[in-house]
Amino acid sequence: MEKRTFHIYRYDPDKDAKPYMQTVEIELEGNERMLLDALMKLKAVDPTIAYRRSCREGVCGSDAMNINGKNGLACLTNLRTLKGAITLKPLPGLPVIRDLIVDMTQFFKQYHSIKPYLVNDSIKPEKERLQSPEEREELNGLYECILCASCSTSCPSFWWNPDKFVGPAGLLQAYRFIADSRDQATAERLDNLEDPYRLFRCHTIMNCVDVCPKGLNPTVAIGKIKELLVRRAV
Amino acid sequence: METGDLHVLHAKTVLLATGGAGRIYQASTNAFINTGDGLGMAARAGIPLEDMEFWQFHPTGVAGAGVLLTEGCRGEGAILLNSNGERFMERYAPTLKDLAPRDFVSRSMDQEIKEGRGCGPNKDYVLLKLDHLGAETIHKRLPSVYEIGVNFANVDITREPIPVVPTIHYQMGGIPTNINGQVVIQKNGSDNEALNGLYAVGECSCVSVHGANRLGTNSLLDLLVFGKAAGNHIVEFASKTKSHKPLPADAAERSLERLNRLDSTTSGEYAQDVANDIRASMQKHAGVFRTQLAMDEGVRQIAAIRERVGAIELKDKSRVFNTARIEALEVENLIEAAQATIVSAAARRECRGAHTVSDYERPADDAVAPLGRDDANWLKHSLWYSEGSRLAYKPVKLKPLSVESVPPKVRTF
Repeated sequence: MEKRTFHIYRYDPDKDAKPYMQTVEIELEGNERMLLDALMKLKAVDPTIAYRRSCREGVCGSDAMNINGKNGLACLTNLRTLKGAITLKPLPGLPVIRDLIVDMTQFFKQYHSIKPYLVNDSIKPEKERLQSPEEREELNGLYECILCASCSTSCPSFWWNPDKFVGPAGLLQAYRFIADSRDQATAERLDNLEDPYRLFRCHTIMNCVDVCPKGLNPTVAIGKIKELLVRRAV
Repeated sequence: METGDLHVLHAKTVLLATGGAGRIYQASTNAFINTGDGLGMAARAGIPLEDMEFWQFHPTGVAGAGVLLTEGCRGEGAILLNSNGERFMERYAPTLKDLAPRDFVSRSMDQEIKEGRGCGPNKDYVLLKLDHLGAETIHKRLPSVYEIGVNFANVDITREPIPVVPTIHYQMGGIPTNINGQVVIQKNGSDNEALNGLYAVGECSCVSVHGANRLGTNSLLDLLVFGKAAGNHIVEFASKTKSHKPLPADAAERSLERLNRLDSTTSGEYAQDVANDIRASMQKHAGVFRTQLAMDEGVRQIAAIRERVGAIELKDKSRVFNTARIEALEVENLIEAAQATIVSAAARRECRGAHTVSDYERPADDAVAPLGRDDANWLKHSLWYSEGSRLAYKPVKLKPLSVESVPPKVRTF
């Protein structure tokens, strides 16, 4: 049995004039591995604590939040890595709906703006569009994104211009399709990012790389897009 | 969920693609949101739930966490070991070994544990060994499995085996449909009368293409094929149907009653406490190995828990993104799926696919029921009705549309 202290961001727009931090102490039984397990115990004590969760194994992206100042997934954050009191806040920069739940609309708007689907208008083959193992390798480190928003909401450029800068997650997916040998819209995809804001607000701050729970690297992907843009300009 | 606002949606067609109810069990590979919501809706509307007794236990769920280790591991060459370091599947399935059908492997693992050859301090799991595949193969072909090993079992699978137990994974049963994805009910003398405008697709449906046991990957196939079939049928139906049927004045009554009941509670049980009792009971009475005694006890326990569902207290009555209310409503769906399962299971007195009852096990050369499968009496689909918790049955369609019929055979490998 171990006592842990939590400081949780609370906000119910119907009840609270403004958000406040609530301190809760609970007795953990010792069988809680991840932060999400502790959150569920917290909810049993205070059912009004609201957070999103689903897969509990780091593939759905629902439970991204700010944990002791750093974005991450509650279900993949091992409690042993969190020393002392645990401060939980919603992802920074996005409007808070309630407690640890944010409005993801702007995040998804940027994602959809890069056309996250394969574009290939050539005649459909009988079976699959084929791809060599080397071509498929190019997608590693890109396709695994679970759209949890940990990266974009840790990016100062995204905080300052969420409506104009696509953000690390959207740009990583833009490169995922640019890099796909089966996609034929590379020129259009690059045109789509050629303005002062959509791509070029990335100043390689690299908070995104630091927080990605899947170990992905948006900065490298963005760098590759920048390179493609430069090459086609000269 | 976001605003707490209530809406009545009046549509020419409704498609339920609400997934399975794996969270009626304690150990599950499923996400928390798999609470059988579509099944609950159908059951409350008087639609029977078909073949709910058939649940697939996936052999390789991480012991304790329940997280799934894909069958692809065994496809790449991973093997299961007991406490003697023996590849026990060689004994149970000499030909297919570790790649025997999931229900068979799950039962073999359960048997090894029951007979005292389990691993760990409580001898309650077996081991999945992958290190012999080599780090390169593992990182290249099974990268997510490596991550799961590290995160959920503190194991580096390139060096040591990982503890696994049979874990509930998939429901073969669900809302009865035809091959257009239309929901079908027993009406007008027919066992399969299509309900115009209502469709179900995916794990929540029962066409049935998985019968008593599903093969790996076939759930994806099911979604693609019947998702498209239902989509095509919906387009055709909606364009032919000129207007909506009139909405009755009391269309929202029953839902409002459920919400109002929760909103006016001042005492009662916490939703997750009731849900945990459902899960514990199902795990114990409708597990990998079933006995008539255990299932009958399960029927009684689930019926008793059902009484408690109606007395759940909702402490958080707020409007905006109230997850406590959602969880309380989900328990009302869990109990439908759980009761459908345990009642259907206790009634089926034979062994078929994933439903194995030790009382009815027989050798392969038994005259009446080879390997316990009694086709003469039990080659039929179960239909459980929520009202009165009663069972009916309908015949299995044995004649395919465009190919020769495949007669049932004894399953040996």
